[in-house]
Formats: sequence, structure tokens, C-alpha cells
Amino acid sequence: MGRYAARRLLQMIPIFIGTTLLIFLMVHILPGDPVRAIYGDKAPDPAQIAAIKREYGFDKPVLEQYVHYMLNLLQGDFGKNLAGRPVIDLMSDAFPVTLRLTLLAITIEIIIGVGLGAWAGLRAGKAADTGVLIFTLTVISIPVFVLGFIARFIFADELGWLPPNVQDSTSFSQLFLPAFVLAMLSMAYVARLTRTTFAENLRADYMRTALAKGLPRRRIIGVHLLRNSLIPVVTFVGTDVGGFIGGAVITEGIFNIQGVGNLLYRAVQTSEGSTVTGVVTVLVLVILLINLLIDLLYAVLDPRIRYA
Amino acid sequence: MPDVTKAQTTDEALLDAVAPPAVEVPAGQDEKKSDKPRSLWGDAWYDLRHRPMFWVSSVLLFLLIVIAAFPGLFTSVDPRDGDLVNHYLSKPELTHFFQPDWFGYDQQGRSIYARVVHGTRASILVGVGVTAVVTLVGALLGMLAGYFGGWVDSVISRLTDIFFGIPFLLGTMVVLNAFTERKVYVVILALAFLGWTSIARVTRSSVITAKQADYVTAARALGAGTSRILFRHVMPNAIAPTIVVATIALGGYISAEATLSFLGLGLSDPTISWGIDISEGSKVIRDNPHTLLFPAGMLSLTVFAFIMLGDAVRDALDPKLR
Repeated sequence: MGRYAARRLLQMIPIFIGTTLLIFLMVHILPGDPVRAIYGDKAPDPAQIAAIKREYGFDKPVLEQYVHYMLNLLQGDFGKNLAGRPVIDLMSDAFPVTLRLTLLAITIEIIIGVGLGAWAGLRAGKAADTGVLIFTLTVISIPVFVLGFIARFIFADELGWLPPNVQDSTSFSQLFLPAFVLAMLSMAYVARLTRTTFAENLRADYMRTALAKGLPRRRIIGVHLLRNSLIPVVTFVGTDVGGFIGGAVITEGIFNIQGVGNLLYRAVQTSEGSTVTGVVTVLVLVILLINLLIDLLYAVLDPRIRYA
Repeated sequence: MPDVTKAQTTDEALLDAVAPPAVEVPAGQDEKKSDKPRSLWGDAWYDLRHRPMFWVSSVLLFLLIVIAAFPGLFTSVDPRDGDLVNHYLSKPELTHFFQPDWFGYDQQGRSIYARVVHGTRASILVGVGVTAVVTLVGALLGMLAGYFGGWVDSVISRLTDIFFGIPFLLGTMVVLNAFTERKVYVVILALAFLGWTSIARVTRSSVITAKQADYVTAARALGAGTSRILFRHVMPNAIAPTIVVATIALGGYISAEATLSFLGLGLSDPTISWGIDISEGSKVIRDNPHTLLFPAGMLSLTVFAFIMLGDAVRDALDPKLR
């Protein structure tokens, strides 16, 4: 287990370098001049622009900038944005908010998704199954931002149950609606995945054995069936973290939450390269680590899987 | 499938669930005119024809494609023509079928019905375009990686890992932000830039399976060249999962385009896009929900049709997932 984890961590290094290089190149090679953008429609002094570019190292070749950036990164220095604020400060403000939002969303996703999926899977081919199928298809078809506006319109504007904007990002009740919206799409996928694996595993030999042993129904479904059906679900939830961050851009925009999604959106719009690179770098790292964690979790769910 | 009906239990509900009633009917008695066994594709087509979901989505898609190709057939009103004096945010007249005021007017006095009709083309083009590019690039890279293995595989697989590592929507936002005027082809290329990875991975693994088959060894022993083996033997037997992933992803690309347009980073103004209209409508949703609901409904319907088609195709091509 330890050796496996160590090997996987080593394998992450080239992918991490490649991904950060790619986003760095995307930010720096594509047209769009962030320094020029500071001045809006005013005509800036060329000397001033040159000075700012020199200060931020924009006058050097891109690869040299990248190496420089990575060396700084190793010391925990993410650089600063064009307003002079350290990127790490911006991120330490935004990440806890999005972390809470995402964790709440993943909890909702797993509880409702697995529940719905199990319910449908145990009744494969019946009305409940068809109902869940149509429900999940509908949810998948409605884009997150439409869902967000409709949810806000109904629950905040019309019914007045919840505030339309999240003022306090530590408040569970205020975060619930955005988290629910964020979770919907993945929840539908989790439900479908659970349904398929449940329906498939019902026919497995160990189910027959468990029945033959006379185990109570709750134990057969809750332990034998559920545990064996969770592996694809766990895999999906793990690979979906990137999607959650994309969804966070939308959800945080609609509900006015000052999280990573909002930070990124503003940074992309103002061509604020150092912020975009910084946030994506952290996200890539998080996603890589979560994938490792998921792989290690397989061994917990299925004792036949061993890592040497 | 093990026969579990012999298992005896008092718990009838569970037994029922364990041994589901025979839902999968198709033994194909009515089709048995010739004794020739059906090919994978023949079998899939047979299966598709017997699925209501396939027909519902096909009819919907046919209709949408007609609207996209000939919007003039459905409305004669110019979707860019605003009449602020008479039509500022007029409410929809739900009984005036196919009239300009059917879905009401937006805050620039433009007919929402006309805009919904004319917005179809951009969405369909983006969805189909991205899927085509992504399938070509992804399938080619996946085939090369899977068939040749070794360093080719290492290089392509690592490249795939790297492009897969960047969150899709964020990366596409960064790419699109570089363009000031975003036409349909710009959005297609931007979405394809990070979108090809899952197709490449799926194709790679199915090619690895297919190339180990005996008929490939036989073809090689008979002296067939690499390209003949690859395109005549491996590809036809490995392409099914690729098609499944591509069809299912199509609806997702349409949704992604609308999301990006909504964020102001997708299609830009002269192009009519549901995403832009939804974004405009969201500003006045409180008193005028119709400005958002009609474009959003049309968008969802389109995505729904494509996802349903993808589902049906998957079920037909991959009987294991049923």
C-alpha cells in the first residue's frame, strides 16, 4: 500500500508539470494583453506598460517565465495579480468557501443519487425504474445555469424560503440551495450508475449465496449489494471533481458566492494570468490527489484488490 | 446470466428483484426469415428499431434539424428586429401558435419565438461540429496509441492525461477569452481543444482488446499490411464504444456552448444563441420569467433529444449495460 502510493505520487509529477505547462501556455500565448487591459480605453504610456511588463516578467520568453513560476511555486509563492495582491491571499479567501459548497454538494449527490439509483435498481423494469430514468434524463438535459435560475426564482424570489444571494458562506442553510443546484447533474449520473450496477449485481452469485444462507434482506442489500456496487460510483464521484469546479463557476455566479468559481471567472475575463494559473494549478493538484485517494479506497471496498 | 430462479426464499420481493422478469424480449422470431446471424451493427439496428426512446428522439431531432436548416419556414419575423415601443417585454400569447408573439417579447422588443427558432442552428452546429472534430482526433490518437503500444502509446497517453487534467469548462473559458469575435467555428474548436480526451481513452482500450483477437493474428499471418489490419479488422470491431461515447457527449457539448454563451464567453452577438438569450432573460426573470423559460426549454429539449438518442445507441451497441 505504502509503496503503491509512493509510486503513484511519483507518477503524478510529470502529469502535474505537463498540465501546469499547458495552462501556462494557454494563458500566455493566446492573444489578449492583460497589462493593456488595465487601462481600459485610455491610451497608456508605452514606457509605463514596458515597466509593468518588466516587473511581472512578461518580457521574457514564455518557457523561462514558466520555469521561474514553478521555482517560485516550490517555495509557496504563487506570484501576485496585476493589482499587486498575492495570488495566495486571493485563493485562501476563496477556497474554503468553495470547499464547503463542494463538500455539501457531494454529500447531497451521494445520498440522493445512490438512494434513487438503488430504489430503481431493485425494481428494474418496473414503473419506479422508468420514473427514475425519466427524472434523471430530464435533470441531465437541463443545463446547470438554467436549473440555478429556476431554483432561485422558485425558492428565493417566489416562495421566499431562502435568500437569493448567499451573504454568509459559512451558513449551512444559505449554502444548501446552491449546493443542491451544483449537485443535481452529478446526482443524476450517480443515480443511473447505481441503478445499472445494482440491477447487474442482483444477478451475481454472491447474492444467491446470501439469500440461501437466509440472511435478512436489509443485510443483503445494505452490505453485500451496496458495497459491491459502490466501486463505479466512487470512481465517478472522484473523476467528477473537475466538473464540480466548472459547475461552481455557474452556481457561485448565480447565487453571488465569493468562491473559487467567481475568482476564476473574474480572472479569466480580465486576462489575469497569474490568478488563473495559480487556481488551476491548485485544482489540478487536488484532482490528482483525489484520484489517488479513490484508487486506494478501492481496496477498502473490495478486499480482493490489493496494492503491492 | 446465472439462473437464479431456483433460489428459494420467503422474501418474495427480494426474490423478484434478484430474478427480474424477462424484460429483454428480443429473440427476434419475427425477423428470422434468413438464418444468417446478424452482425453487431445489424443487431444494434434491430434493437434500436424496437425502442420507443429511439423513435421519440429521432423525430425530435429531425424536427430540430429542419428548424436549424430552414428557420424561415417557421417564422417570417426578423429575430434581430426590436420594437421597444409596442413590444417591450410583452407577455406570451400561448394560444397564438407560430405567431411572433407566441412566446412573448424580450427587453429589446424582439420576438422570443423568432429568436428561439433562429437560435437552433448555432446550437446544433456546435454540438455536431464538436462531436465530429473530437471523434476524428480522439479516435485517431486512441487507435494509434492502442495499436502500436510502446513509446507511441506512452506519448499519446501522457498527452491525454495532461489535457484531461485541466477542468473542461475552465480551460475552454481561457481559450475562448482570447477571441473577441466568437463565431461558431471558434467555439467548436475551443470545445474540441480539451474535449477529445475521453474519446481517445475509450478508443485506445477497445483497440487494445480488438487487436488481440485471433482474426487479427490470422490477417497478419496472411501478410496483411498495417493499414489494412488497422482499418479493415481492428477499427470496425473497436469503434462501437467510441460511437457510444460520442453520441452521449453531443448533448453535453450543446449544453456547454449555452453555458459559455451565458457566461459571455461563448458565441458573441451577431450569432443568435439560446445561451445569450437565457443570460439576458435571467436579468428580468423576476417579473418576466417567459424571457428565460422559452429559450431554456428549447435548449433543454434539444439536449434531451440528443442524450436520449445516445442512451438508445448505447443500449443497442452494448448489451452488457442493459
